[in-house]
Amino acid sequence: MTAPAIPAETPAAEPVAAVPAQARRRMFRRNPWGHAWFLEGFTWLYLIWSLVPIALAVLFSFNKGKSQATLQGLSLRWYYKDPVNSVWHDPALHAAVIQTVRLSVLTTIIAVPLGVAFALGINRWRGYTSSTFNFVMILSFVIPELIFGVAMFFVFTVLFTTVHLGTVAEVAGLVTWNVSWPAIIVQARLVTLGRQYEEAGADLGANQFQVMRRVMLPLLGPAIFASAVLVFSGVIDDFVIVDLLSSNATNTPMSVIIYSTQHGGNGGPALNALGTISLVMSFIIAIIGYIGYRWLTRGERGSRLDALATIAGSEKFEP
Amino acid sequence: MKRQKKNAFFIALAAPGMIWLAVLFIVPFYAVLAIAMGKLNQLFESPVAVWNPLQWSSENVIDVWHDLFGSAAFAGPIVIRTIVYVAIASALSLAIGYPAAYFVARFAGRRKALFLVLLIAPFWISYMMRMLAWVDLLETGGYLNKALGWFGISPVNWLGGKPATVILGLVYGYIPYLILVLYAGLDRIDSALIEAGRDLGLGRIRTFVRVTLPLSRQPILTGLLVTVLPMLGDYFTNQLLSGAASTSMIGNLIEGQLGTPGIEGQGAVLSLLLLLVLLIPMIYYVIATNRSAQVAS
Repeated sequence: MTAPAIPAETPAAEPVAAVPAQARRRMFRRNPWGHAWFLEGFTWLYLIWSLVPIALAVLFSFNKGKSQATLQGLSLRWYYKDPVNSVWHDPALHAAVIQTVRLSVLTTIIAVPLGVAFALGINRWRGYTSSTFNFVMILSFVIPELIFGVAMFFVFTVLFTTVHLGTVAEVAGLVTWNVSWPAIIVQARLVTLGRQYEEAGADLGANQFQVMRRVMLPLLGPAIFASAVLVFSGVIDDFVIVDLLSSNATNTPMSVIIYSTQHGGNGGPALNALGTISLVMSFIIAIIGYIGYRWLTRGERGSRLDALATIAGSEKFEP
Repeated sequence: MKRQKKNAFFIALAAPGMIWLAVLFIVPFYAVLAIAMGKLNQLFESPVAVWNPLQWSSENVIDVWHDLFGSAAFAGPIVIRTIVYVAIASALSLAIGYPAAYFVARFAGRRKALFLVLLIAPFWISYMMRMLAWVDLLETGGYLNKALGWFGISPVNWLGGKPATVILGLVYGYIPYLILVLYAGLDRIDSALIEAGRDLGLGRIRTFVRVTLPLSRQPILTGLLVTVLPMLGDYFTNQLLSGAASTSMIGNLIEGQLGTPGIEGQGAVLSLLLLLVLLIPMIYYVIATNRSAQVAS
């Protein structure tokens, strides 16, 4: 797409200036690769609208004063200097950061192996049961989170009552909600790989475990890595499930604290600081994800754009 | 014999995931059903799940029916409001998202990676942080009101239950998903088709209408689903940006009933109703994203 644009623009630059305005307009309309200034301006406006508010919210987290709306000088007061209300010193905020990390780690550790094994098994075991379960897994991917959260809330308050609302219930809900990432991404990768590697391994005398460990797992490495990144960052961002399944300050993660405190009218720049911390965490994961994915797929033909789209979870939206 | 052994290996691989889904996805929905069709413990006002379908009672369903359609129905208007808000918000998202996705997919050229990074940046920013950003801007003393002040407009209480604010929040919250779907779809359109349209004498606009637009029907539909499904279950956007009963949506209704003694069963009925309505678009989405092939195979 880039290739035709460059030769079309550079040689045309001189004659264009010479022709009258009307003809130039016609040429502009005729050239399918001509630059779309209006669309570009529109896109920039959208991006400004999309990103500037967040930049301001980050800025307010460094506010010297108590306001979330006007900047009164910069300080680290809301991160750790304030002895009472800073993220570092307020026990609820402090606990929220730890809880978010804990949930992300636990969920990733459980959901990724579970989903990868599920994908490998379902993909090769053809039968009515396997397709039914695959369909159930995909439904868990598209169901609105509130409906799923309601189901989780009821199952832990009415049926599995020995598991009280709290970290265990949260992890259980988050694993179910996120297990479809590895399951779907690995299945997609299996489809593109085909069976020849597996068969070659078997022909050379490897048994099924050896085929899995020596052949399939290395080939699936990028897919597994990408899904781990998506699960981890998905949990950082998750709100509904943890909101419905958390019970007290020790098991409430950042997203829920931001919501409930702001909604209760007690917001302050400390919340912006909390949001900024979660943003930085997500960005670090995204950067690690991008670099790691590029490194793992370095022998392949995939582009930077593919890596970006994969790390953003485009697998959810396209076949 | 060998085939059976092979199958056993793969069944063993899939088993943990299947058991997990059975216990923590299928059973929970049965629990919702058992509560929806269950009774109320009058003493504690807590829901009593009835597991045997033969003993199901219609108490909760009848209550919800009255809430929705009865003489003192308060849920009916909420449902209509939800549909209106979501319709406006998704139409706006499409109107904003399509040109942006179209530009990046077709015209961004060498700067495509830069635009893509900026477009997907919101995916990496916690939803609550993004809403908090708007709360900051829209506060009575916030920057928006200050900007309006320069034009002599007196401060507006944006966060005091304004439908426009809620719709803005929904658009802002879910538009990145729509744009990513549209981008992926538009990027796949073979540029040779567009060139062919031009070669055959169509103008810029007619090429768009006759070639690009029909080819983007599928991404538009999928993209709208990706935004509409979560919008219908959203309660937090509304709660943060308005919090007023006059703008509450079906998500707020369900979430509010969860913590309230006595009407939790009705919350179960409502969420099942919502699921029932959304099942058709959900299955359509599964088929549209071609995962049906994986299901069938």
